[in-house]
Amino acid sequence: MKLALRELRRRPGRFGAAGLILTLIALLLMFLGGLLDGLIRSSTGAMYALDGDVVVYTASAEDSFLRSRIEPTLRSTVDGVDGVASSAGIGVVQLGARLADKGPRDLLDVVVFGPEAPPLGVDALPGDGEAIADTTLQEQGVQVGTELSVGPARSTLTVVGFVEDTQYLGQAALWTNPETWRTVLTDNRPDQQLGDGVFQALTVRVDDGAVAADVADAIDIATGRSTASLTVVAAAEGLPGVEQQTATFNQIIGVTVGIAVVVVALFFALLTVERASLYGVLKAVGARSGTLFGGLVLQAVVLSAVACVIAGSAAIALDAVIPPGSIPLRISGTRIGQSAVFLLVAAVIGCAFSLRRLLRVDPASAIGSGS
Amino acid sequence: MNVNGASVPALSLQRVRKVYAMGDSEVVALDDVDLEVAPGEIVALVGPSGSGKTTLCSIAGAILSPTSGRVVVAGTDISGFNPKQLTAVRRDLVGFVFQSVNLVPFLTARENLLVVDEIGKRTGAPARARADQLLGELGLADRAKNLPAQLSGGQRQRVAIGRALMNDPKLVLFDEPTSALDSKLGMAVMELIQQEMKARGTAAIVVTHDERITRFCDRSVHMDDGRITKS
Ligand SMILES: Nc1ncnc2c1ncn2[C@@H]1O[C@H](COP(=O)(O)OP(=O)(O)O)[C@@H](O)[C@H]1O
Ligand SMILES: [Mg+2]
Repeated sequence: MKLALRELRRRPGRFGAAGLILTLIALLLMFLGGLLDGLIRSSTGAMYALDGDVVVYTASAEDSFLRSRIEPTLRSTVDGVDGVASSAGIGVVQLGARLADKGPRDLLDVVVFGPEAPPLGVDALPGDGEAIADTTLQEQGVQVGTELSVGPARSTLTVVGFVEDTQYLGQAALWTNPETWRTVLTDNRPDQQLGDGVFQALTVRVDDGAVAADVADAIDIATGRSTASLTVVAAAEGLPGVEQQTATFNQIIGVTVGIAVVVVALFFALLTVERASLYGVLKAVGARSGTLFGGLVLQAVVLSAVACVIAGSAAIALDAVIPPGSIPLRISGTRIGQSAVFLLVAAVIGCAFSLRRLLRVDPASAIGSGS
Repeated sequence: MNVNGASVPALSLQRVRKVYAMGDSEVVALDDVDLEVAPGEIVALVGPSGSGKTTLCSIAGAILSPTSGRVVVAGTDISGFNPKQLTAVRRDLVGFVFQSVNLVPFLTARENLLVVDEIGKRTGAPARARADQLLGELGLADRAKNLPAQLSGGQRQRVAIGRALMNDPKLVLFDEPTSALDSKLGMAVMELIQQEMKARGTAAIVVTHDERITRFCDRSVHMDDGRITKS
C-alpha cells in the first residue's frame, strides 16, 4: 500500500491528467446536483414553508390549489379526524405584478398566498393590503414600502417585509392575510371567486407523535375520499414539473457518474498495461495479485478523494461568486458529499476493469527480458 | 511445510521436464533434469545461450511450473502447487536476482528492499533493521536514499541482491548477475555474493557463461540443450 501511495507522491505528473478530468467530473456532479436542488427549491420553496405537515386538496383538484375548494363543512370533518391537531385554510392566486416606476409591460410573476397561518420564517401575517415578499423580488428593486399593482385589476399590495426561499413554480410568493388574498382573487379572477370561509386547501398540523402520511390517509377516509391529502413533501414533489426535472437531472448525473467509471477504467487499464513489467517483478518476489490490486484501488480512491476536495472547494467558491438569483444554484454539504460518494464508487468500479489484466500478469515476465 | 533440518537439500529436482508450446511446435527447454543443491551450497550453472539455464532457475524459484517431474525446495514439494501457493513459496522460501535488474524505479534503494516486507510478512521494524544491515553489508549504506536512476549498474545489482535476501530465503537464484557489468565489477559482485551466502549458510545457484565466475562457487553444473551434461 505504501508502494501505491509513494508512486502517487513521487510521480504526480503521471496521475495529473486523470486527476484533472476527475476533478472536472466531480465539479460537474456537484454543479448539476446544486442546480437540481436550486431548481427544485425555486419550484417548491413555498410549499415547504407552509406551516403544517399535511396539505388537503379536494379530490377532483389533481393535487393543485387552482381547482381545489374546501367548504367549511368539509373542513370541520377534517378537524375531527384523529391525529389532526389544527388546520389552517390557504388560498393561492398567480398574477402579474407591476412596479410603479417600471413600464406597464414589465410584469413580475408573483403568487399571492393567503394562509390563515403565517409561513415558516414569518412571525405574524401582515395587515390588510400588505404583503411579505419573497427575497428574490429584491433583485427587481422591491423594498420594504414598495407598492405593487397586482393583476389586471391593479390591486395594490404594500411590501412590509421579506422571507427567504418561498418561491412557487419559479415565481416569487407574496404572503398576505386571507382577507387580502380573497379580495385580490375576487378583483382579478372574478370567475374563481370563493365565498367567505371557503379556501382552496387546508394545511394540517398533526398531533405530536402522529405520522403525517397516516393522518393524510385517515383524513381522506373520513371525508369519504372527497379530499386528496398529501404530506408537505409529497405535495411539493407533486407540483407540475418537479418530478420530471428531478428525473432528468438524475439521469444526467447518472450519465456523468458513468463517464467517471469509464475515465477511471481507461486510465487505470492503461496504467496496468504500462506497469505490466513492474507487476511481473513484484509478483516474482512474492506479491499477491490481491495486494497489487488493492494498491491500484487505493490510488484511484485517493485520486478521486483529492479531486472531490478540489471540486468541493471550487463549488463553494463558485456559489459565493455567482450573483444570487442569476442561476438557481444551491450548493449544499449533502450534495457535495453525495457527489464525492458517487465518484469514489465510480473509481472502485472503474478499477475492477483492470483486475483481469492484472491477474494475468505472469511473474515469469520478470525473467523474460534480456536473456 | 516440511522440516527444514540441515540435512534437507535446499533444492532437489527429479526428472524435471519443461516443454514450451510455440504455436504448433514445441521447445523442450528442460529434458529430464536431476539436480540437488545442498544447504549453503553455491552451484555455478554454466552453459550456452538457450540451454535452459533460466528455465531451470525459474522452476527452482517457483516462477514457472514444470511440465513434469518433482521440485522440492527446502523440503517442500512444490510440484503440484497452484499459482497462489507458488506465490507463497516465492515470498517465503526463495530469492531471485534477475538478469535484467528490475528495481522499482520510484523507490529508493532502501525502499526497494522493504517492498519485500510490505508485500509479504509486514514485520515492520525488524524488516527495517534487516534492510539497513543488508545495505551496510553490500556497501550501500550511504546510497540507501538514492533512487535506482541515481545508482551505477553495480550498485543497482547489489540492491537487487539485497532484495533477494530480505525474506531470509533458503535458496537464492542468480540469473547471470554479472552479465551487465564489466569483468572487474563482475568479480567484485561475485565475491560479495559468495560472502553473503556463506555468512548466512544460504544455498544459491549462479547462472553464468563466464568460467571465471565458477571459482566463487562450490561446484559447477554444465547444461546443454536442456540437459545437465557435467556436474
Ligand atoms: N517463454 C518461452 N516460450 C517459448 N520458448 C521459450 C520460452 N522461454 C525459453 N524458451 C526456449 O527454451 C529454451 C531454453 O531457454 P532459457 O531457459 O532461456 O535458456 P538460457 O537461459 O540458458 O539461455 C530456448 O530454446 C528458448 O528459446
Ligand atoms: Mg537465460
